[in-house]
Amino acid sequence: MKPSRQVTMVATTLLMVCMLTSVWLLRQVDRMRGAATLQEVLYISSPAALKRLSLGYNGLLADIYWTRAVQYFGSKHFAGAQHYDLLAPLLEITTALDPRLTVAYEFGANFLAPPPPNGAGMPERAIQLTEFGIRNNPAEWRLYYDLGFIYYTELKDYSHAADAFARGSQVPNAHPFLRVMAAQMAQHGGELRMAQMMWSTTYQSTEDRNVRANAATHLRALQVEQDVSNLESLVADYRAKTGRLPASFTDLQSAGLLREIPVDPFGHTYKLTADGRVEVRTPDDFPFLTKGTPPGYVAPPPRFLPSD
Amino acid sequence: MSSRIPHIASNTFREAVRDRVLYNLIAFAVLMCGASILVGQISIGIERLVVINLGLTAVSLFGVVIAIFIGIGLVSKEIEKRTLYTVLSRPVQRWEFIVGKFLGLAGTLVVNTFFMAIGVFLALLYVSHRVQAADGWVLVALYFIVLQFLIITALALFFSSFSSPLLSAVFAFSLFVIGSFAEDLRGFAAMAQGVAHWFATGAAYLVPNFSSLNVIGSVAHGQGVAGALIFSETAYAIVYAAMALCGAVLIFERRNLK
Amino acid sequence: MTAIEIRGLTKTYQVGFWRKRPKCALRPLHLNVEEGEIFGFLGPNGAGKTTTLKLLMGLVYPTAGSARILGCEINDPLMKAQIGFLPEQPYFYDYLTATELLEYYAQLSGIATKDRKPRVSEVLGRVGLPDAGGTQLRKFSKGMLQRVGIAQAILHNPRLLFFDEPMSGLDPIGRREVRDLMEELKQAGKTVFFSTHILSDAEALCDRVAIIHQGELRGVGAVADLTSSVESKVEVVWLGNSVAASLKTLAPQCHVTGDTVRAVVPEASQDALVDALRRERLHIVSVTPLRTSLEEYYVQKLKPSEAAAGVRS
Repeated sequence: MKPSRQVTMVATTLLMVCMLTSVWLLRQVDRMRGAATLQEVLYISSPAALKRLSLGYNGLLADIYWTRAVQYFGSKHFAGAQHYDLLAPLLEITTALDPRLTVAYEFGANFLAPPPPNGAGMPERAIQLTEFGIRNNPAEWRLYYDLGFIYYTELKDYSHAADAFARGSQVPNAHPFLRVMAAQMAQHGGELRMAQMMWSTTYQSTEDRNVRANAATHLRALQVEQDVSNLESLVADYRAKTGRLPASFTDLQSAGLLREIPVDPFGHTYKLTADGRVEVRTPDDFPFLTKGTPPGYVAPPPRFLPSD
Repeated sequence: MSSRIPHIASNTFREAVRDRVLYNLIAFAVLMCGASILVGQISIGIERLVVINLGLTAVSLFGVVIAIFIGIGLVSKEIEKRTLYTVLSRPVQRWEFIVGKFLGLAGTLVVNTFFMAIGVFLALLYVSHRVQAADGWVLVALYFIVLQFLIITALALFFSSFSSPLLSAVFAFSLFVIGSFAEDLRGFAAMAQGVAHWFATGAAYLVPNFSSLNVIGSVAHGQGVAGALIFSETAYAIVYAAMALCGAVLIFERRNLK
Repeated sequence: MTAIEIRGLTKTYQVGFWRKRPKCALRPLHLNVEEGEIFGFLGPNGAGKTTTLKLLMGLVYPTAGSARILGCEINDPLMKAQIGFLPEQPYFYDYLTATELLEYYAQLSGIATKDRKPRVSEVLGRVGLPDAGGTQLRKFSKGMLQRVGIAQAILHNPRLLFFDEPMSGLDPIGRREVRDLMEELKQAGKTVFFSTHILSDAEALCDRVAIIHQGELRGVGAVADLTSSVESKVEVVWLGNSVAASLKTLAPQCHVTGDTVRAVVPEASQDALVDALRRERLHIVSVTPLRTSLEEYYVQKLKPSEAAAGVRS
């Protein structure tokens, strides 16, 4: 006089089977829908309309669109895409629904502005987005920083960058570097040192994992470029001294020009080529390199390296 | 067994009809007429869009409300009113009862949707003045809505087998809302770390995937749905509903009736 | 064969929300009911009668023990086709008419399509509702619902019937009709197991009874045997308008109505009282042996429990 064992066994087995099958089917469906999902997402592309439709639950909807923006960018970036058409509308909707979501502006500055495949290649729109952010959050120093950042990195417009940093440095609790960068931008804008300072500030001050990983990648590339410049100038010194090219770094050491054999940020030694150029052994690990790559090298699609 | 389940199903259907559920069709008809006429007057070039969006959303929402409101009482009402005693003293097994109830309510919703579909197509004809090829996709959207009903009915029945009507309604409705954002939930889960990641992923896959069954937006823009997707979604709906029903059977089998 | 075999059937409920306390609804019950008899299950409200029936119907699962009906397990579909159940104060789908309800039950009981309609009208006539088939059940009175309940129980001509308080809600004519129906069922070789707290019905109908109180079986046996175990009494009626003191000792319970005195005394004191009356030259109207009622036995069986009632179950 107990519940029927037969029914229990059949129902439990069927339940397990159905559960596993449903998960499998879900993955199939996800794969099939892929791009369709996000296009649907933007059928209501007017932020004003969305705000009304959300019945007051703006915050939650903003969070949802923010997640979608990150997912969108992440999956496309991973596949090495050249177009990120939907990133701008997604970020615009997110910030329209919740103008105080500062991470969205930061994301836009870091990934909307740079050219593909690392970004959407829309610096103007990124600027508009950040200006909107500043209007709504005038006390958030980071937004001024982001604005200056875009002017500096993508548009090479050092005077506007300096303006933005200057405005930002006047905000209470602003990062001290803002003042420094405002002062130095005009004269030293194009220098390596400036770029390193910028990317370091981004790396230290951001809370977004993607932005931090991107900054670290840039910093590593800058480090390599600095190392390569230094080493190549030492090679030129050696040549001036001895009249010939060094065969290896040990030659430079014995000539008293170099103390230790240099290594790249991943700990591998640099390569000294026969014609006196310095190269990095694993160029694929350093996206954004402009120096230190073998001739004719074509960079693969950049990926965020995981260890940051 | 062969004929008992259909009998229970048709009795459930009869109950819904006599409960004047189908009167909701009148409200729907009024809504559709009003909308089509209004849209016809304000010729803004997107008449089809509005009619399809409004019509299909109404079909979906009306149906979900009916599914939940009737579904939550399917078992608990019978236990409360003790009408179940004379049924279970006959050669009817408890699982047959659950399956019969499910089929009865699902059948009611299919019939309801059928009449509503006629309403939507008439409205569409009124604003477009002719039948278009793209109208076929509206049928697919309606079919997907019926699949949604199957899932929500099974869930309401599941909750009804152990919970009071009020709580069942809350649970079922919550799952409907969460399920409508299922794809985003999977996105959230992917971004989480550590224990939260596993927990959220598990939840995201267990929650019914209503978001992918909602193709109203794309159909309104005249876009089609891939055949493979139709097939997979059908399989998913059946499998998910079966899962909920198994849960209901397991719980109901063990219950001491008051 | 043994129609119902109950072996140590026990049911304990856990009561309370936070700290669950056990409440014993049925202590281990051992009982047998033979085929072809009408068996009465007696007890006050809350004694455990309905619990026992629900356990037998498989609506509730026992904490311990087992039972067999017609030699089969509880919840065996083959067995269920041969039993009928009338629950206490039945409630039916009130959106259906009586005929629709009975046809639905006929479908569930597996009666062949062609036999359903005739059987339904036959049964409706049998319970005294020949013209009520087309009326919606929500319009039925309590007594009519009770009759429909009986109708659905006998619909598929089962071998064994379980009735929970079959007479409730019925007027005297209705009760007589149900009593006649139960007699007919017995004549037809069916077994009837019914619970009630109305002793006169049990006395009139049952071959055997069981008395249950506070979840415990207090007594079981044939009605005649049980009543004979109780001391028999005699009623003596004489003319007079007061009772003399000497008579009071012999007949402590006297009832004076107008100019007659009525006294009920144990059979053993009968001769002593008659002699005393003749000595007093009182005119004796009648001396009638009283058939001891089941009520005596019943009340007796219930008494010791009140002493034990102080113990929490």
